[in-house]
Amino acid sequence: MSIFINKDTKLVVQGITGRDGSFHTKQAIEYGTNVVAGVTPGKGRQTFEGAVPIFNNVYDAVAKTGANTSVIYVPPMGAADAIMEAVDAGIALVVCITEGVPVLDMTKVYPFVKERGARLVGPNCPGVISPAQAKVGIIPGRICIPGPVGVVSRSGTLTYEVVYQLTRAGIGQTTCVGIGGDPINGTNFIDCLSAFEKDPSTKAVALMGEIGGTDEQEAADFVKNHMTKPVVGFIAGQTAPPGRRMGHAGAIISGSAGTAAEKVEAFKAAGIGVAVRPMDFVELIRAKLH
Amino acid sequence: MNIHEYQAKELLHGFGVPIPNGKIATTPAEAEAIAKEFGVAVMVKAQVHAGGRGKAGGVKFCKTPADAREKATAILGMQIKGLTVEKVLVTVAADIGSEAYVGIIVDRQRKKPVFMVSAAGGIDIEQVAAQTPEKILYLPVDTRYGLRGYEAMRMGFFLYRDVKLAKQAAKIMQQLYSAFMASGCSLAEINPLVATPAGELIAVDGKMVIDDNELDRHAEIEALRDVSSEAASEVDARNCNLTFIKLDGNVGCVVNGAGLAMATMDLVKYYGGEPANFLDIGGSSNPEKVVNALRIITADANVKCILFNIFGGITRTDDVANGIVTATKANPLKVPIVIRLTGTNEEIAMKILTDNGFSASADMDEAVKKAVATAKGGKAA
Ligand SMILES: Nc1ncnc2c1ncn2[C@@H]1O[C@H](COP(=O)(O)OP(=O)(O)OP(=O)(O)O)[C@@H](O)[C@H]1O
Ligand SMILES: [Mg+2]
Repeated sequence: MSIFINKDTKLVVQGITGRDGSFHTKQAIEYGTNVVAGVTPGKGRQTFEGAVPIFNNVYDAVAKTGANTSVIYVPPMGAADAIMEAVDAGIALVVCITEGVPVLDMTKVYPFVKERGARLVGPNCPGVISPAQAKVGIIPGRICIPGPVGVVSRSGTLTYEVVYQLTRAGIGQTTCVGIGGDPINGTNFIDCLSAFEKDPSTKAVALMGEIGGTDEQEAADFVKNHMTKPVVGFIAGQTAPPGRRMGHAGAIISGSAGTAAEKVEAFKAAGIGVAVRPMDFVELIRAKLH
Repeated sequence: MNIHEYQAKELLHGFGVPIPNGKIATTPAEAEAIAKEFGVAVMVKAQVHAGGRGKAGGVKFCKTPADAREKATAILGMQIKGLTVEKVLVTVAADIGSEAYVGIIVDRQRKKPVFMVSAAGGIDIEQVAAQTPEKILYLPVDTRYGLRGYEAMRMGFFLYRDVKLAKQAAKIMQQLYSAFMASGCSLAEINPLVATPAGELIAVDGKMVIDDNELDRHAEIEALRDVSSEAASEVDARNCNLTFIKLDGNVGCVVNGAGLAMATMDLVKYYGGEPANFLDIGGSSNPEKVVNALRIITADANVKCILFNIFGGITRTDDVANGIVTATKANPLKVPIVIRLTGTNEEIAMKILTDNGFSASADMDEAVKKAVATAKGGKAA
């Protein structure tokens, strides 16, 4: 089992003919993901790598292939439109990899997606992978193995680091979700935690947060009040100076709010195991699994 | 991106917001000449990207042109929160009846821009928010519909009993909202919005922060960037498409990915060292980026050791290895380098590095420990 994506995922790739889109589509297919369609306006009726039909829009892709999940690799100024098109065409899960989407665009996209009952993951995220089932996005397949741990993170490469260390220690994953580093994203920690809580094969959760906002504090409350499964957390940005955007648009300490210290405190108060270093996940998770 | 008060006010004025006449001076003589030209009492105001300028002594009332010259002499060159004042705004002093606060900020929790307005505006608004939050009205806006007339009126009447002032304020809310959306802001505020004894509203201070992600579609706002207010290394990095933030430590960090970059800095601190910077070389494989990153980091004389931490996903570690070799051949390093890389094409990368006399490890903690020790001892292990 897993959350969000599995063997039944039928993926349409928006921006399949672009540099990133084509590269990662090949990787997804190699991984065994069921990529049923691509969309590039103006390239309809062509095929990608001789195997995946390309359509001019998501509506046609859904009608002809039954796609239920979309991944977006379009440039930032077109990303809001791409998300809304996918949702309007009836896609239930949209994963937006694109980095650099204006936050005011997201203030329109977010309620649009919610009102239609769809799920958006991202933007500015590495995507989702359910090891040995499906990969939607750019998380490298070879660092994951199937197993009992749910992983959720605001970061990309930091997630890879932790997942890789878990995998090397023989601890596999149900699903890894990168929720993205932007101030407004479609799916937050709580959405993933509640999905992991319901997923029978997930036995423990590894959560990687960072400075900025209050998502981690709310996640801590949720863990305390609604979760039976153990959670181990990490916060990046202990040494980040206030008022500076640390690469991710959302990773910024505003005034004295959103610091790593306050998030770590919230974790401790909620009974979340705190990994001080990324490598600490291995022992903390192992202990929770026994 | 931050813009200065005078730039924000000009933008707001373009949407109809009333502002006092003003001009920029970079010397005391210019300040005096502008005051003479206006022929009335003026304010001389430091233009730096920091809040609390008034409290720091960077905003002064001047009765005469000679007075303006004197105050400008004091303010130009002064430090406010570590930033040097390079220019001042000389602006007509408004007649102040009352000071209100009007601001819009993108709220992460509500996922909307939220107006904050208060009749208790001025330099102590932070205190008002902390101690008497009931004096602030919060009004979230659904950007799909924009700011509705009734919402603007509600804020107008929250601020003023006087109907004429309330209606003027409602109009200014609409203008501020339009400027906020059209400029791609993450924050816009007028503090204070002054009501004069004659019953006119005027924006005496303006502040705007632009979402960096909007700059691609707002060349006119990118053009307002003041590079003199940023560290030269950060400007250089931005021009090379690198995200770089200078810090005070001595371990220079080159990392791919923002989260891993933060985690690497934290680990440097954990093992007793101090990071010299945040640097994310991003996801795409490009040896050129490594060359630029090394140039920027080694320009900092504090740096005693350079630490690479690369987790190859999309980034190909052999590209990074090639970048290191190319960069150090062109400009031999004066400080030791510690390399950690793992992931995509790791074996090829390791071979490139060893063939060129470098050593590398695949373990993050091991590399960080070594870099910290090297920076302390000043010698590669
Ligand atoms: N043109 C002006 N006419 C009259 N009074 C002014 C004028 N400009 C500023 N002031 C007075 O000075 C105070 C502080 O000025 P201002 O709001 O521009 O700076 P600040 O808020 O201290 O700076 P920052 O925006 O950096 O926090 C105002 O609240 C107002 O009372
Ligand atoms: Mg002010």
